[in-house]
Amino acid sequence: MSTRPSIGEPRGRKPKRFLSPASIMIYGILIVAAIYYLVPLYVMIMTSIKGMPEIRLGNIFSPPVEVTFQPWVTAWNSACTGLSCEGIKVGFFNSMKILIPSVIISIIVASVNGYALSNWRFKGSEFFFTALIFGAFIPYQVMLYPLVIITRELGIFGTLTGVIVIHTIFGMPILTLLFRNYFVSLPPELFKAARVDGAGFWRIFLQIMLPMSVPIFVVAVILQVTGIWNDFLFGVIFAGTKNFPMTVQLNNIVNSTQGVKEYNVNMAATILTGAVPLLVYFFSGKYFVRGIAAGAVKG
Amino acid sequence: MRFHTGFAALFASSVLFSAGSAGAVDLEVTHWWTSGGEAAAAKVLAESYDKLGGDKWVDGAIAGSGTTARPIIVSRILGGNPMGATQLNTGRDAEDLVKAGLMTDLSELAAKEGWADFIRPSKLLDACKYEGKIYCVPVNIHSWQWMWTNPSVFKDAGVNPPANWKDLVAAAPKLKEKGVIPLATGDAWQVDGIFRVLLAAIGGKELYLKIAEKKDAEAAAGPEMKAVLQAFAEARELADPGYVGRQWNEATSLVLTGKAGAQVMGDWAQSEFGTAGKVAGTDYDCLPGLGVYPMLDTGGDAFYFPKSDNPEVTKAQLKLASMLVSKETQVSFNLAKGSLPIRGDIDLNTANACMQKGIKILADSNNVLPAYEQAFSSDTQGQIEDLSTEFFADKNMSVDDAQARFVEIITEAQ
Amino acid sequence: MPNKRPFAPLRNFNAKVAAVPMIATVLVVFVGCTLWTVVYSFTSSRSLPVLDFVGFDQYERLFRTTRWNVALKNLAIYGVLSLVFSLVIGFILAALMDQKIRFENTFRTIFLYPHALSFIVTGLAWQWILAPTFGIQKVVRDLGFETFEFSLLTNSRYTIYAIVIAGLWQGTGLVMALMLAGLRTVDDEIWKAARVDGIPAWKTYVFIIIPMMRPVFVTTLVIIAAAIVKIYDLVVAMTNGGPGIASEVPAKYVYDLMFSRGNLGQGLAASTIMLTTVLIILVPWALMEFRPTNRKGGAK
Repeated sequence: MSTRPSIGEPRGRKPKRFLSPASIMIYGILIVAAIYYLVPLYVMIMTSIKGMPEIRLGNIFSPPVEVTFQPWVTAWNSACTGLSCEGIKVGFFNSMKILIPSVIISIIVASVNGYALSNWRFKGSEFFFTALIFGAFIPYQVMLYPLVIITRELGIFGTLTGVIVIHTIFGMPILTLLFRNYFVSLPPELFKAARVDGAGFWRIFLQIMLPMSVPIFVVAVILQVTGIWNDFLFGVIFAGTKNFPMTVQLNNIVNSTQGVKEYNVNMAATILTGAVPLLVYFFSGKYFVRGIAAGAVKG
Repeated sequence: MRFHTGFAALFASSVLFSAGSAGAVDLEVTHWWTSGGEAAAAKVLAESYDKLGGDKWVDGAIAGSGTTARPIIVSRILGGNPMGATQLNTGRDAEDLVKAGLMTDLSELAAKEGWADFIRPSKLLDACKYEGKIYCVPVNIHSWQWMWTNPSVFKDAGVNPPANWKDLVAAAPKLKEKGVIPLATGDAWQVDGIFRVLLAAIGGKELYLKIAEKKDAEAAAGPEMKAVLQAFAEARELADPGYVGRQWNEATSLVLTGKAGAQVMGDWAQSEFGTAGKVAGTDYDCLPGLGVYPMLDTGGDAFYFPKSDNPEVTKAQLKLASMLVSKETQVSFNLAKGSLPIRGDIDLNTANACMQKGIKILADSNNVLPAYEQAFSSDTQGQIEDLSTEFFADKNMSVDDAQARFVEIITEAQ
Repeated sequence: MPNKRPFAPLRNFNAKVAAVPMIATVLVVFVGCTLWTVVYSFTSSRSLPVLDFVGFDQYERLFRTTRWNVALKNLAIYGVLSLVFSLVIGFILAALMDQKIRFENTFRTIFLYPHALSFIVTGLAWQWILAPTFGIQKVVRDLGFETFEFSLLTNSRYTIYAIVIAGLWQGTGLVMALMLAGLRTVDDEIWKAARVDGIPAWKTYVFIIIPMMRPVFVTTLVIIAAAIVKIYDLVVAMTNGGPGIASEVPAKYVYDLMFSRGNLGQGLAASTIMLTTVLIILVPWALMEFRPTNRKGGAK
């Protein structure tokens, strides 16, 4: 396959007039689909800015009669879980503490891995790669118990390090697959030329491969930010109470009803928890498709 | 290899970060008391502990029910990162952890303070014993066999408030006409709770003992058991379709706001009525044993203290244990939680009408049923829960089918 | 120094060093934990693992358990429906997006954003919309259609379909992105040639474009299938397996038995069955897909 400078550009049939029957159908279907995708977000936002009396009486699709941002303030600052009423903000900073090192380390490990698997194959490397892909299919629950024992033996159970290692391990299969596919798709001449010049493993990686791999790194960052931010299970078990991530706090807020369920606060907390990956998607969705085009498409 | 040194440095720094400090201990206590009344009760404990000076109670509430919290608690103890103390139900829940030597032995403290002399019923302390040693502190008595009703709802529908289960079933059509849910319930464990209560209240003490203690398959196949399942089949007609995924205190709140007529729930539901400022006997009513057989089981909450290498932590643990059984804590904590104290030597004259009923019933040891948690392993409890919730949700499942499955579970139970 | 070709284990030394985390993960975590799981599934372990072998007892009980059988059936329904629908919907959306439309960025963001949300969030939002007492059913009834019935969540027979709907909502965006990326790699010349030959667009898609996109379909399949087998959070957040046991899934059975019901042996037996099923499906595919071939760029 030759290089394709225009990856990421629309490549369908010729453009046509905006109001032709075909384009009405196309836009019609897209708009209907868009509505289906937007309804839950709409409901969540509307609910989060209504007062409780209005929620109890009205229907979930109607816009608020009276807009209030109190639920957002409560969710962030003072929603209660058990004895502490500090809102979801504690979890936000904990999640950041887990997220940043986990994303960086898991991507470093997986990219070097994918590079070794594509350009520096050794005996058994394909076997390990295949086994790694199988790993993606094993339900986490199956490995939870032995992992608790392993991390205990390593002395990292219930620490930030522990949860970072766990995220690195479980990010590895899919990320390695993407990186490997991407590196395989790069023109082999580049690699061969560098070898002839006497460049070694790390130099080729740092000086030739990395600069060419921005799109796939973007994809990896997006996938990892989403995956790690949204994780509940590993955070709650491996991170230790001091480091409970935001999802755990969300669960605590949503599930600890004090008397009446405050749906508006719950919804605000839910949106706040989803905000980080959402922002990442809103701002980098375009690169995501481009990067995917480069990493997933060529096998 | 800059990358490898960086990795190592990161490891080192986080290990340093997690190292603890000496002196007064921050004792982390995990529990799943997060509803309004429960949180108030947990607060009582936290404040009393901090008042003792020195060590501090660090609250580790995990919301949801025991089902969410238990795996987290157990895996942390196994993972060698134990909390200072944790709530667990008395019974077989924690037995394996005790067996593995992961829990602090409290026998010495218990002997010194003479726990065996004042903890009533004595069965509570037995549940904490393993090979003659004591590993947990019971903090309250909870019983499942209660039905909570809102009398005004029934009056509005033109029927007398129910005095027992049969009355409720009879009144149901009238309530439904008014748009009121006859019986409010929720998540799987709540549905299973209805079944448990019916087993004792409709089946009677004899059947309950045969099944819970002797695992008697013949009794499970008998006509008394069939009657229990028939009552349970009536119960599934009384619930509203919105029960799926409802929390227990939301169900309670349906009763206290008049949207539902009744709820079958353990005595902890009382704390919700209490925090809402309702008065027992007028705003709401309680029927122990569903008004049929007034007998209660004696389950309850207990605290366990995972073993620690740090002698300071062990000292703080013993201090907390001693505080939990003390008279003052028992009074203030149980009033907040709506449960009964574990001491036979305190006078709860501030208790409300419903609590008084409970105290009176438990005073006669003939009325005390063994707790479900002690009788069945959590595995068997789970199997029964699967069966009861399936039966409750699937109106096509016949009583006979359910009974056959129940017999199978009891036969296998250990 | 790979160039000098020293003795075999040291050859390509740096690559092997680089692969250490992967090799450790595979051997210790995936292979090690799997073996551990299989071995202990033949024991009577309760809350803690003990090596007290009981043969196939755990497996016999497993297949006598209604809940497990319901869980398997649900996984099959969920798996087939979400696989088929996410591929079909994802591909159609991608094909429509590839028609040089306006607002492509907006549409893509709308389709993709649910993937950024956790299953816990997805589950809560859909539980809310589908709940009979205040969701779609109530809204339509309030409009005057008194008998309108839309109670997927509370009718045991349909609950699993409610989970499929929520799952698709979250997952199809990613499939769309993958497919769109695939379509973008198709050479313009092919479209031109097809037009010259007068082949209708749908035929071009079905007979020419889709076969060309095989690698994308493979990657997508891996990603979707891996997610399907592991489905857990969504069910917990939406129905917690209810009503009754109507929406139970295997991963939830494993988790419950291992951690809340203190029956490790039973939970591990269930996970062994899950693993075996995955292997039966995957091995033939993996043999085809990753058989050692002489590819470009290897350090030979």
